[in-house]
Amino acid sequence: MVPALGPSRAVRKPTTAERVLGSGLRVLAVRRAGVPLIELRLRIPFSGRAAAHRARASLLSSGMLLGTAERTELELAHALQELGTELTVTTDVDRLLISGAVLRAGLPALLELLAELLTAASYPVSLVDSERRRLIDQLRIARSQPHVVASAARARRLFGEHPYGRVLPDVEDVAALTAATVRRLHRDRVQPDGSTLVLVGDLSPARTLDEVERALAVWSPGAAPVVTRPAPAVSVGPAVLVDRPGSVQSSLRLAGKSCERTDPAYPAMQLANLVFGGYFSSRYVENIREDKGYTYTPRSSIDHRQAGSSFYVDADVSTSVTAAALLETLYELGRMAVMPVGQQELDNARQYALGTLALSTATQAGLAATLIGLSGPGLGLDWLADYRRSLLGVTVDDVQEQSRAYLAPAKLVTVVVGDSRAIRAGLATLVEVDVP
Amino acid sequence: MSAAPSYPIERLTLDNGLRVVLAPDRQAAVVGVAVYYDVGMRSEPEGRTGFAHLFEHLMFQGSENVEKMAHMRHVQSAGGVVNGSTRRDYTNYHEFLPSNALERALYLEADRMRSPRITAENLANQISVVKEEIRVNVLNQPYGGFPWLSLPPVLFDTFPNAHNGYGDFVDLDSATVADATAFFDRYYAPGNAVLCLCGDLAIESTADLVERYFGPISRRPTPPRPDAGEPDLTSERRQSTVDSLAPAPAVAIGWRVPDPVADLDRYLPYVVLAEVLSEGDASRLEQRLVRRDQAALSQAAYLGLFGDPFDSRDPVTLTVQAIHPKQVGVDKLIAAVDEELDRVATHGLDDGELRRVNARITTQLLREADSVHGRTLQFAAYELVHQRAELLAELPGRLAAVTAADVAKAAGTLRPERRAVLELVAGGAP
Repeated sequence: MVPALGPSRAVRKPTTAERVLGSGLRVLAVRRAGVPLIELRLRIPFSGRAAAHRARASLLSSGMLLGTAERTELELAHALQELGTELTVTTDVDRLLISGAVLRAGLPALLELLAELLTAASYPVSLVDSERRRLIDQLRIARSQPHVVASAARARRLFGEHPYGRVLPDVEDVAALTAATVRRLHRDRVQPDGSTLVLVGDLSPARTLDEVERALAVWSPGAAPVVTRPAPAVSVGPAVLVDRPGSVQSSLRLAGKSCERTDPAYPAMQLANLVFGGYFSSRYVENIREDKGYTYTPRSSIDHRQAGSSFYVDADVSTSVTAAALLETLYELGRMAVMPVGQQELDNARQYALGTLALSTATQAGLAATLIGLSGPGLGLDWLADYRRSLLGVTVDDVQEQSRAYLAPAKLVTVVVGDSRAIRAGLATLVEVDVP
Repeated sequence: MSAAPSYPIERLTLDNGLRVVLAPDRQAAVVGVAVYYDVGMRSEPEGRTGFAHLFEHLMFQGSENVEKMAHMRHVQSAGGVVNGSTRRDYTNYHEFLPSNALERALYLEADRMRSPRITAENLANQISVVKEEIRVNVLNQPYGGFPWLSLPPVLFDTFPNAHNGYGDFVDLDSATVADATAFFDRYYAPGNAVLCLCGDLAIESTADLVERYFGPISRRPTPPRPDAGEPDLTSERRQSTVDSLAPAPAVAIGWRVPDPVADLDRYLPYVVLAEVLSEGDASRLEQRLVRRDQAALSQAAYLGLFGDPFDSRDPVTLTVQAIHPKQVGVDKLIAAVDEELDRVATHGLDDGELRRVNARITTQLLREADSVHGRTLQFAAYELVHQRAELLAELPGRLAAVTAADVAKAAGTLRPERRAVLELVAGGAP
């Protein structure tokens, strides 16, 4: 007999402190001793309406560390290395994110450097020029990867002309950029109002807030943050087939809306996602991997963005079984929407959701990532506690209601990237197919 | 420098030979469980490439008292995560769970160590799944398997070191249940494994549980290790391969380095050297290849096929790799790497460089150690490969003791005549 679980140890709430500075920056400091390090995450809202915004934001993020008014690129790199840290700057459709980890004693110096970057990044012309060329080459490499092609096609199909429809910048837009454009974007948009700084680690929360307030006093508000317009309603239509001649696999991608984390129904939606394909012990994995062997990577997930959340289904399947795999995908999705899930199935998914939440927030880096991820819609540790409690109350009926609303095949768009000659006829026996 | 945490370790060995490492840390209510078997890609017989990895998949197909899919379900419905992987020198299986599920994880690991359920149906299913894994990671992917599958056959001659550890499809398709049973009997003996438990656990009661579940498994002979020894290169080797999906060319350069187990003191300077060369914006190759010369889009230098310097036995490779623009010839790129190595060998390190690099190494080691899951895997790997789980706690001090002269000497051994070069020719649309 498989041993039963022992009694659970109560989760200790970490010591935290939070303050909104006069500049509008929200600062959250969380003590999690563990190792003598501090994890830093700074999220700056960074959506934009212009078609070239993704290109500008990408070059800004790869150029921010190229020097400041006081330091050359190499001096800045040495100063960070001296503290044992490296900062990474990334962007997506919603935000700019600066991340790093530093030895406990190095936090004051890191905050000084951060302030210097935020207020005096210099974007030297010659370095920005070479970074722009490198970005173009890197975009070409990204676009050679089938999973990137598939994500881009799915985003375009789901969001159309909305800014979320553009996963990667266009090469032409990047090629047209100058250092002056990026400097202007930095001045207008790299600003504290609406931004969140999370610090997690071997720190004293109240004292850390004071340190941050002192160090970042020089960072003052710029232009008002851009509010992304709501994501458009999903218009379901023919499946989109993106031809990739000779491809040995087809990337199946389905997508639709999901309810958001602030919706009281969200815990039920998350459990519907898990039961369907959100973890290994799910129907989708059991069917198309462990029973049929069509794929190594079947999964479903929920993606949260500022202007709306999405439900995704992904599988990379052998070219010869593309239609068969889509058939099983539609069958399992339909089954979720039409028939109730089993009580045991639901309880298993619930325990997984609760347990993995505890595991993923058990490290400094994991807790920092979770908190910065929640900060977009203004959520935090209280939301996590509520979410845990709400998961306990989700019923079989709740799950079916969410499945009907968001998992039903009639609510989803389909994108397939693969060898059109080999797979088109098979797909067309199941669904209407468009080749753009 | 901040004091590194100390990690208490207890060891026991069961009568059947199973080595057990217990590493309590009761800060959080989580526990890591890892079983490392001393069998990896290097152990595969000729004609059975990819078999160690295929067998890893079979270990998830059920065991005497556990149905197919049930191992995963029992772990996940306890709120845990589970995985396995195959490396050159070991195959591992691990769970990371809330600590109230520790006994359950021990039961599940013991059940498959005693008796996995290997059937023709499950074998056929997992051959399909593994082929899809290879398609998604290698065949359908630009730079797939570069350079971990493509560089070893240039640098090495013997089958254990040179062959494709993911497996040729012909070999995978011809695998039989009898092969799998024989492989299990030979390599999955309790005396050929290390069990590591780390996190929220009490030594005495945990030792009792380990004895209860693993003690009854019969002792079997442990197999000899594969003979992976072969002589170093005495003249440069160069090969090229066409990647029909890659839009930009790439190159990987590999050198042999000292034995990481028998000669750890001579090996450690290469770990520091890899950091000096390639970690972060301040590193030598980033500054030279990416910033100054614009000869590379990205660069990396690391030890071991998958980037962990301490989880492989001899021979281990130091690899320098870069993706570069088509208009930059590979010879120019290699010449720049040679110059940078020469500069370290001849002039040593700059003022403060070693101190800065050490600060970064310390942060990285601490960051990895913060995760109980990560620590479980490192303790287990270091116990299996080095017979010393304690290495984890010692590494910050031992790496800090490496001198600039040691690093310069290490750089001086990375000569053109000892290297293997693999050029990846871009055959994809630009």
